[in-house]
Amino acid sequence: MPLPETDLDARLQAILRAFEGVEAPLLEILHAVQLEFGHVPEGAQRQIAEALNLSRAEVHGVVSFYHDFRTEVGGRHDLKICRAEACQSMGGEALARQAREALGIDFGETAADGSVSLGSVYCLGLCACAPAAMLDGTPVGRLDGPQLEALISETRR
Amino acid sequence: MLADKDRIFTNIYGFHDTSLAGARKRGLWDDTKRLIDKGHDWIINEVKASGLRGRGGAGFPTGLKWSFMPKNDPRPSYLVVNGDESEPGSCKDREILRHDPHHLVEGCLLASFAMRAHTCFVYIRGEFIREREALERAVKEAYDARLIGKNNIHGWDFDLVVHHGAGAYICGEETALLESLEGKKGQPRLKPPFPANTGLYGSPTTVNNVESIAVVPTILRRGSAWFSGIGRPNNTGTKLFQISGHVNKPCVVEEAMSIPLRELLEKHAGGVRGGWDNLLAVIPGGSSMPCIAAGDCQELLMDFDSMSALKSGLGTAAVIVMDKSTDIIKAFARIAYFYKHESCGQCTPCREGVAWIWRLMERMSKGEAEKSEIDLLFNVTKQVEGHTICAFGEGAVWPIQGFLRNFRTVIEERIDHRIAAEAREAAE
Repeated sequence: MPLPETDLDARLQAILRAFEGVEAPLLEILHAVQLEFGHVPEGAQRQIAEALNLSRAEVHGVVSFYHDFRTEVGGRHDLKICRAEACQSMGGEALARQAREALGIDFGETAADGSVSLGSVYCLGLCACAPAAMLDGTPVGRLDGPQLEALISETRR
Repeated sequence: MLADKDRIFTNIYGFHDTSLAGARKRGLWDDTKRLIDKGHDWIINEVKASGLRGRGGAGFPTGLKWSFMPKNDPRPSYLVVNGDESEPGSCKDREILRHDPHHLVEGCLLASFAMRAHTCFVYIRGEFIREREALERAVKEAYDARLIGKNNIHGWDFDLVVHHGAGAYICGEETALLESLEGKKGQPRLKPPFPANTGLYGSPTTVNNVESIAVVPTILRRGSAWFSGIGRPNNTGTKLFQISGHVNKPCVVEEAMSIPLRELLEKHAGGVRGGWDNLLAVIPGGSSMPCIAAGDCQELLMDFDSMSALKSGLGTAAVIVMDKSTDIIKAFARIAYFYKHESCGQCTPCREGVAWIWRLMERMSKGEAEKSEIDLLFNVTKQVEGHTICAFGEGAVWPIQGFLRNFRTVIEERIDHRIAAEAREAAE
């Protein structure tokens, strides 16, 4: 569901004010916006561009360049499964399949009830305790089937 | 083999206290003021004399790089530390950040002082969560103890800013990293001007790898002669080696430069899976370095010069071991896919060429190619190499070139096999 315009405005303006006077703050602002709203709304990009005296194309370019930013509303929870080499060789692909089947969505999609977004990430730096995943910014290592199931049920609460 | 007393990273496995108190017990932050009092040029000369070569992959002498910084410039100078470790196989910086972060914080102060910089940015890749937490904790401890910051006890105003990325491999390239720090798309800049002249915010900037900076305090304390006494001339010091793949015990270990590969694998990584004779090839320095076939591995020394003699490179010293069970064509098709995925798209030869290479490699892994296409593939890699703004182009095609040099017959066999199978089917 799209955010009410006024609500977005107030919270966004607060973020922009917090970065006033900071040198080259675009990435930091985008991180903060994504943290606040769960994504970077189209409307926010316009206002950020205006506040930083950048063109909308420049802001859009940055948002679309980095994998971490998304422009669509995500789920309430964010489950990311590491699919890089080390995790693959330790059973990461089986976990990826399990997550896809359990949630009924593919990578890059959000469940219809808005509970969770499923994403892939390429290396959380936890190769020593592969396979790894991350739920709402908390990394989890040495994951197995039952543990993934527990993570998934956490997203349903 | 490196003696315990010569180790720089004494807590690389995180067995001990990672806090400031623990770091002090291991000798860090010990009278740093004395080092600073010796002056800017003394530090640069010591690092030069130590023979330290950059640990990020290219192996450029660190002290020399520092000496390129202008001395009487009205613009501020910056030190930028590259912690965007994303190269498949590399996993050393994360251990430093997680378990021995004070090496880095103290190194940042000393290196910044040497280059007359009052501000240092540490760029950590976005996916590193624990690493960022650990470094931020260490930085806060250092601020609280007035080791860094304004009016600190060392008499050199110094701010350290931890910045985190947002998921792009290319941001590990130094000028792309600067762009990203400035809040832009991480697309590399043309050089010249080099960062030492026009870097971050148009000011003189030096970009160094995490490990290069983290070893500096120990080099200065123990003296350049100690550091340069380890390893071979021109390849001195200790190095964090990262061993992964088909070995019995993958690990990160600090060893002397120029250690023989076989000794490294057998002493620290439990040897090649199935024994030394089961070795097929190694990639010696992270996925962007050309592979070395088993035949050349017997006497191979792990250092910059012996690698370049074999047309490969030490890179980050991330050794990926592949035994004879590896489908080598598929492995390199996978590497090609990685580079196709991560090309930033700024230069056409890289953006298009790397995708071509990947598609060709995919077909070759199934034998669905013509033999003439092997030469075509090599030709495509030559069209990318040297025709791009940054070294990503080289990093993407070198592994393929090394693969073709060493394993051409494997591709030919697979094509023959496919042709024979089709002929059999047609006959039936």
